[in-house]
Amino acid sequence: MNNPDKPLLSVENLKTYFYTNAGIVKAVDGVSFYVRPGEALGLAGESGCGKSITCHSILRLLPKPAGRIVSGKILFEGVDLVTQPESRMRQWRGKEISMILQDPLMALNPVYTIGNQVAESFQLDKVARKSLQQKVIDVLKSVKIPSVEERLNTYPFQFSGGMRQRTCAAIAISRYPKLLIADEPTTSLDVTIQDQFIKLLKEIQQRHHMALILVTHDLGLVAESCDRVAIMYAGRIVETGSVLRVFENPAHPYTRALMQAIPRLGQKNKRLFQIEGEPPNPANLPPGCYFHPRCHQAMEHCKQEYPPEIPIQGDGYAACWRYHKEEA
Amino acid sequence: MRRYILTRILLGVITLIGVSIIVFVAARLSGDVARLMAPANASQEVLEAFRAKYGLDQPIPIQYFIFVRDALRGDFGTSIAFNRPVMEIVMGRIPATMELGFASFILGNLLGILLGIVSAIKRGTWLDWGSTTFSLFGQAIPGFWLAIMLMLIFSVTLHWLPTSGIGGIKHLILPVIATSWFTTAFVLRVTRSSMLDVLDSEYVKLARLKGNSEYKVIFKHALRNALIPVVTMAGMQLAMLIGGLAFTETVFSWPGIGILMVTSINALDYPMIQAITLIVSASVVLINLFVDLLFVVIDPRIKYE
Amino acid sequence: MKSGGVKTEISRGSLNRYRIEVARIGQWLTRLPFIPIICLLPLFVFGIFGPLLYLHDPHAPNLLIAMQSPAWMAGGNWAYPLGTDQVGRDLLTRLIEGARSSLIVAIFGVLFSGLLGIFLGILAGFAGGKTDNFIMRIVDTFMAIPQIFLMLIIAAALRRAGILGLTPIIIAIAISMWVPYARMVRGETLSLKQREFVALARVTGCSSRRIMLKHIFPGVINIIVVMATTQLGGAIMAEAGMSFLGVGVQPPNTAWGLMISESNKYITSGAWWIPTFAGILITITILGSNLLGDWLRDALDPRTRQAMKKIKRN
Repeated sequence: MNNPDKPLLSVENLKTYFYTNAGIVKAVDGVSFYVRPGEALGLAGESGCGKSITCHSILRLLPKPAGRIVSGKILFEGVDLVTQPESRMRQWRGKEISMILQDPLMALNPVYTIGNQVAESFQLDKVARKSLQQKVIDVLKSVKIPSVEERLNTYPFQFSGGMRQRTCAAIAISRYPKLLIADEPTTSLDVTIQDQFIKLLKEIQQRHHMALILVTHDLGLVAESCDRVAIMYAGRIVETGSVLRVFENPAHPYTRALMQAIPRLGQKNKRLFQIEGEPPNPANLPPGCYFHPRCHQAMEHCKQEYPPEIPIQGDGYAACWRYHKEEA
Repeated sequence: MRRYILTRILLGVITLIGVSIIVFVAARLSGDVARLMAPANASQEVLEAFRAKYGLDQPIPIQYFIFVRDALRGDFGTSIAFNRPVMEIVMGRIPATMELGFASFILGNLLGILLGIVSAIKRGTWLDWGSTTFSLFGQAIPGFWLAIMLMLIFSVTLHWLPTSGIGGIKHLILPVIATSWFTTAFVLRVTRSSMLDVLDSEYVKLARLKGNSEYKVIFKHALRNALIPVVTMAGMQLAMLIGGLAFTETVFSWPGIGILMVTSINALDYPMIQAITLIVSASVVLINLFVDLLFVVIDPRIKYE
Repeated sequence: MKSGGVKTEISRGSLNRYRIEVARIGQWLTRLPFIPIICLLPLFVFGIFGPLLYLHDPHAPNLLIAMQSPAWMAGGNWAYPLGTDQVGRDLLTRLIEGARSSLIVAIFGVLFSGLLGIFLGILAGFAGGKTDNFIMRIVDTFMAIPQIFLMLIIAAALRRAGILGLTPIIIAIAISMWVPYARMVRGETLSLKQREFVALARVTGCSSRRIMLKHIFPGVINIIVVMATTQLGGAIMAEAGMSFLGVGVQPPNTAWGLMISESNKYITSGAWWIPTFAGILITITILGSNLLGDWLRDALDPRTRQAMKKIKRN
């Protein structure tokens, strides 16, 4: 299932739960996927499906004490990150795996200058003082921030949203990590800027041969910029495969519904397609397949047991009982 | 930026004017001061002489004007109770209050900030529980009662420390503990709450993401932001501290401004009341001004507003 | 599933419903904030039912048994459980009597300071501009004077002017403690003002006064309730302080703060029980009000409930 070609990152059956006063919230409940070096994986799904938590789990940055990785493995270059001590994780963060957060205004410290915050990453690599400023300028130039030299002593609130996000991207790539995770990086940006930013991200990815996990709820983004995709629903992955295959031949009913919901130019019916019902409450998940209450093709078996991951055409898998019969 | 400073100074002056009005009015709420101060069967002449001496025969607005004019020159009139210039008496008492006030302010803030940071970092541990409980009780225990209890335990029962008076360190310990108790609890609560918020923020998460050591995350990124609310409240803290001083000085017979204020209020020695209130309020206003200026350094967003 | 038939199904159904109701009430009970309520019991129970609970006459001196230790110590007597004071009055009875003045002062003090503060706060927040500025300058002025000083001055002056009883204390509290309400309510009003429903009300032609009453006020009630609960403790602390310094409750009435100050003279004799129990009562009352205020804030704040939902969704 989780595959060959020496994946850079391989997540196996990850479960991350939140222990709250109101009960146990199973935010991520058995997620498996992999990313190969230099490849772009889209992690897509509705709000609240657990994609952000998955990424935070990889970096072991869950809110304490409520969030905990309950079981599973996160293999990065063969090493299981789940069992590593915090001191080792610190060495990996920023250097091997890095992340761009969703809201750039909140992500930058308001009381320190841009120059100061970008320089910090280089300081962690023990770069000599003299070359520090030049490195900062170089990396900010590489993310296409205009008039860098004059802007080193400015503060985050003086930047526009787009520039702030670029700065965060600069911070993320300054130590040349092997894996870059972008958590809904364009959600808080203006629509006009979103496109620019994604193009920049792709450029960086290709230039540095980085693996990229792009977390988003926008399937259009996935189609444009990713090689493979994993669709998440209620804390589990329901389908994965190459972007080509999944978009042309979606296997899982949820994926099919999502594809149907994408408005297309020239479509005849005036009403946009909407999936009936609502995503389940992670503190109170339905028995069997989590999607069955909303699925038109649900069978008796779907209500009883959660479906296994069934390979589809040798390209990824879908967690759906309909394909089990066919395989058998 | 200059406009910012000037505005702040102007606001401070307005505040002081307001204080002077309030205190002027409040002190005269009791009606005819002369009749109250003089013996019950005093004749009209005695009352008239009294009024003339303290300028009470003038119409109220004139009295206020004289009061302000003199105050600006540092002349607060003659104390009714002591029959000496007010400023002389007040100046004599200020060092004692400053000693106690300073020590309490510094101890309270240092301890409060330290415990606040530690309990936020070690959230949920015994240390946190202890600090939070201390903070709760610290704000519930009346200052004067604490002072008496301390005196009861350490002076009367154990005879370790003196019950009253000013002198060396030994005399300072109990009053400082009693006075700084509330400040510590208050600062602890504010720091802890602020620190918890900051530790949950996205930029602290990013600081960790970069691979910084926990030490750097807390002391470089979190602390500066977390202390902003604490510093903002410095003026308010000072006002509360001085209020608490009134009780502590009374219980320990510490010869400062607090106890002077209490006796003056009971004696309705309003020149003294006015003077002390104005001086204390001026200090609060000054501290607030200082904090505002400090902010220009701490929080860069202020400069550009 | 398959049991005796329809009848059994119905009776089981109603039994289940009964069980659910009991369970719900039980759950609700366990969520009540017990500790704060217990802490506030002395003030309210003693304050309201005082005279019914007296063990002895709180006013009659009996020098034969003056300065008697509490019952569990040597020289004590269970007829006088907490000992007696300097003129032989039962301490417990005096403490019970003292609650009443404190309760009255606290309730009216909070009421009047609250009304004043809320009024000014809504006015400042809603009117904005010069009115807001003016009111904020007044707020600054009051904040520059230590609360105690102002309260002492007002209470002393009013008492000297001939106003008797608890009124000077209540007025002093009302004038010194309105500021926190005003600031908080102003902040909330400012943010509510921005919300759409206010714009909607204006568009439909509501007058400003109507908007303030019908739209803004209900929005600030939650935080007012929380603040009032906490301020109750503050009022108790203030009254105790004033009584301690001689401008609060006057003899022959009694209050806990006054009892502490009266005992000051005898402190060197080692009669620790007089100030100690009075102070404990003051402390737990204030503690109770603070804790209750915190509990109410968490229970009433829709944002806290939203935050819980957020954790679930992410």
